[in-house]
Amino acid sequence: MKIFDKFKKVFNKQEQEEILLYDKGLEKTREVFSSKLNLLNSKYKKVSDEYFEELEEILIMADIGVNTVMNFIDKLKKRVKNEHITNASDLKEIIVDEMFIIYVNNDIIVNKINFASSGPTVMLFVGVNGVGKTTTIGKIAYQLKQEGKKVLLIAGDTFRAGATEQLIEWANKVEADVTYKENADPASVIFDGLNKAKNDNYDVVLIDTAGRLQNKVNLMHELEKINKVISKIIEDAPHETLLVIDATTGQNGISQAKSFMEITNITGIVLTKLDGTAKGGIVLAIKEETNLPVKYVGLGEQKTDLKTFDIEKYIYGLFKDMDGDNLEK
Amino acid sequence: MFENLGERLQNAMNKIKGYGKITEENISEVSREIRLALLEADVNYKVVKEFVNNVKEKALGEEVAKSLKPGEQFVKIVKDELVDLLGKEKADLNLKGSPAVLMVVGLQGSGKTTTIGKLSLLLRKKYHLKPLLVACDVYRPAAIDQLKQIGKQLNIEVYDEGKKDPVMIAKNSIEYAKNNGFNYVLIDTAGRLHIDENLMAELEAINNAVNPKEILLVVDSMTGQDAINVINGFNSHLALTGAILTKLDGDTRGGVALSVRHLTNIPIKFVGVSEKMDGLEEFYPERMASRILDMGDLMSMIEKAEEVIDQDEAMKTYKKIQKGNLDLEDFLSQLKQIKKLGSIENILKMIPGAKKMGLNNVQINPKDMAHIEAIILSMTPYERRHPEILKATRKQRIAKGSGRTVEEVNRLLKQFEQMKTMTKQMQKGNFKLPF
Repeated sequence: MKIFDKFKKVFNKQEQEEILLYDKGLEKTREVFSSKLNLLNSKYKKVSDEYFEELEEILIMADIGVNTVMNFIDKLKKRVKNEHITNASDLKEIIVDEMFIIYVNNDIIVNKINFASSGPTVMLFVGVNGVGKTTTIGKIAYQLKQEGKKVLLIAGDTFRAGATEQLIEWANKVEADVTYKENADPASVIFDGLNKAKNDNYDVVLIDTAGRLQNKVNLMHELEKINKVISKIIEDAPHETLLVIDATTGQNGISQAKSFMEITNITGIVLTKLDGTAKGGIVLAIKEETNLPVKYVGLGEQKTDLKTFDIEKYIYGLFKDMDGDNLEK
Repeated sequence: MFENLGERLQNAMNKIKGYGKITEENISEVSREIRLALLEADVNYKVVKEFVNNVKEKALGEEVAKSLKPGEQFVKIVKDELVDLLGKEKADLNLKGSPAVLMVVGLQGSGKTTTIGKLSLLLRKKYHLKPLLVACDVYRPAAIDQLKQIGKQLNIEVYDEGKKDPVMIAKNSIEYAKNNGFNYVLIDTAGRLHIDENLMAELEAINNAVNPKEILLVVDSMTGQDAINVINGFNSHLALTGAILTKLDGDTRGGVALSVRHLTNIPIKFVGVSEKMDGLEEFYPERMASRILDMGDLMSMIEKAEEVIDQDEAMKTYKKIQKGNLDLEDFLSQLKQIKKLGSIENILKMIPGAKKMGLNNVQINPKDMAHIEAIILSMTPYERRHPEILKATRKQRIAKGSGRTVEEVNRLLKQFEQMKTMTKQMQKGNFKLPF
C-alpha cells in the first residue's frame, strides 16, 4: 500500500513535464523538508512524545501554520492511539494522507479560471507589497496569449514608483496591450481600461493594483471603490480576484487572506516565489482556515514559470523522497 | 506592529500576576502560551525553544521566589529576554570612506529600492551630506525607472547606465561620486534568490569591485521560517553588516526581528514603518521590546523610578498604604520622589495607552507642586500626621505661613482625602484609573 501509487496513476504523460518543473522548483523545499522527515523516521523506531515534538518542528519550519500543525499533531496522536500504531515507519503514510486531507477536506477543489460567458473576462490581482502581482500578471498574460486570446493589461498600481513602466515592459514582452495613465487615480485608469476592453472586444482583462498592507484601512477602502467601478462597467466582473501571496510569507499569510476576503470576493491564491527555499506551507493553513484554494504557483522569473496549482503534485513534490527504497535504508 | 504578539504575551504575563506565586505547574502552562504566541509570530523555532527555556529557568530562580511581586519580576524577565534577542545595543552604520559605499541586497519584493530611497533621505537629514543612488538592478522590468522616480521625488541624484553590466555600473558610479563630491554611494541591486548561484556570484563581483563598508540585507518582516535560510544564504556569499526590516507597519508579528540577531549575529540597523519616504527608523532593541509588549516606555519609567526613588522610603509608604493610615508626611515624601523623576509631562507620555487617555497633552504647572509643598511644610509634624484636627484657625495660620489662601489649603486636604480613599480601593483590588 504505497500512498504514492495513487498519485502516480493520476499523472498521465502530458503532465510529466509539469511535474518536472514542480520538482525543480520544489527541489530545495523537498530536500530540506523530506530529508528531515526521513531522518526523523530513521531516528525513532517507535512513536513517542519526542517523535511528535520533532515532527511538529518540521511542520512548523515549513510555515504550515501553528494552529494547523497543532490540530494535525492532535489528530495524528489520536489515530496512533486508536489504531495502536507503535512503529514510526507505519506513520509515514498516515502523515502524508492527513496532509492531503487538510487541503482537500472533502471539497471538490476547483482551480480552473472562471471565464465570463460573454464579453471580456476580468481578473483582478491584489496583495500586499512586493509579492509579485505585476510579474504574475505578465506570466498569466503570456499563457493567455499562447491560447490565442486577446489580452488587455490595466496598470492600476498608480502609487508605486515604476509600477506602470514595469507592467508596460511585460506587455511588450508578451505582446499584450496595456492601458495606463500618468498621475491618475486607480479607479479612473481601470474605468478607461474596461471601457476599451468592452468596445474593442478583448477576451481577458488583467488588472494590476498597488500593493497594500491588509491593516491599512484607507487602502483597503480604495479596493472597495475599485470593485465598484469594475462592476459598474461589466456587471458580473471581476470574474476572478486573485490574492497573490509570497511563498516566504509566514503566519501573516492567514491574516492577509482573511483581511482581503473581508473587502473583496477573493476567488483564489497565486503562490509566488516557490522556487526558493521557502516551503509555502502557509497555503495549507489558509486553505484550512478560509477555504481559499491556490490556483497558480510561481516557480521562477521567466514568463513560462507559472503553473496551475495541483495539490497532488505539490504534496508529491514535497514528499517525493519519502517514497520508495530510500526509506527503507 | 506586533499587536498580536504583544497582546498574547501580555495575557500570559497577566496570568502569572494572577497566580501571585510562580510554581513549576503554572509556569509550564504560561510557557506553553508564550511558546505558541512566539511561533504564531514566526519567530524561528529554535529561538522559541531557547527563549521559553530561559524564561522558565529564570522565573523559577531564587530572585523571583524572594520577590514580593513575582508577576512584575516575570514581566521583567520576558522583556529582558526580548531585548537580548533583538540585540541589546543599537548598531550604527559604518560611514567611513569618501565616498562611503553602501550596498543593499535582498530577495525580490523585499523592498530594496524603496528602502534605498528612504535611507538616502535619512542620511541626508541626519548628516547633511550628499548621497548618490546607483541603479544596478538591470533585470527587473522598470527597476531603474523606479529608482529614478524616487530620486526625483527626493531630489537626490541617480546614477545609471541603463541595462549594462552591474559590476561596471557600480565601479563607474564610485568614480562619478568622487569626481562630483558625493559623500555616500547607495547601490541598489536586483532582487535574487539566495540559492541563485549566478546572481550571487554577481553580487560578490560587485562587492569586490567597490568594497562597500556596509552590505545591508533587506528582509520583509512578514517572512516566515524561511527567513533564516535567506539570511544565511546571503551571508555565506557576502559578509552582511546589517539587516533592514521592511513593512513593519503591517500587522506583522515581528518574528524575523526576534530571530535575525540571535541566529546570525547580524544586527538590525533600520526598520521600515511606512510607505512614505520618511518611513525608515533607526532600530533600538530596547524600544522595540517595549513596543512588542505594548508597554509604552513604561520599563524605562520603572527603571528611572528605580534610580531615583529611595527603596526604604517607598517600602515604608507601601506598608502604611497597606495599613490604610497614610498621612500628609507620606504625601510630602511622595511628592519629593515624584519631583526627582523630572518633567511630569514626559513621564505621563511613557504610560502605555497615554494617547488614548489624552495624557500626552497634559500641562502641569510646576508652581502648583511647589505650593502644595509649602502648605504641608507650614503644618506642624503633629498636624501632618493628624490632618483631621485642622480647623479654621489652624488653616488660617497655615495659609499665612505658606503664603497661600485658605481655599487652597482646603483643596489640598480634599485631594489628600480622595487619595486616601483611592489607596483603600487599590487595596481591595477594584481600583480604576480616574481618567
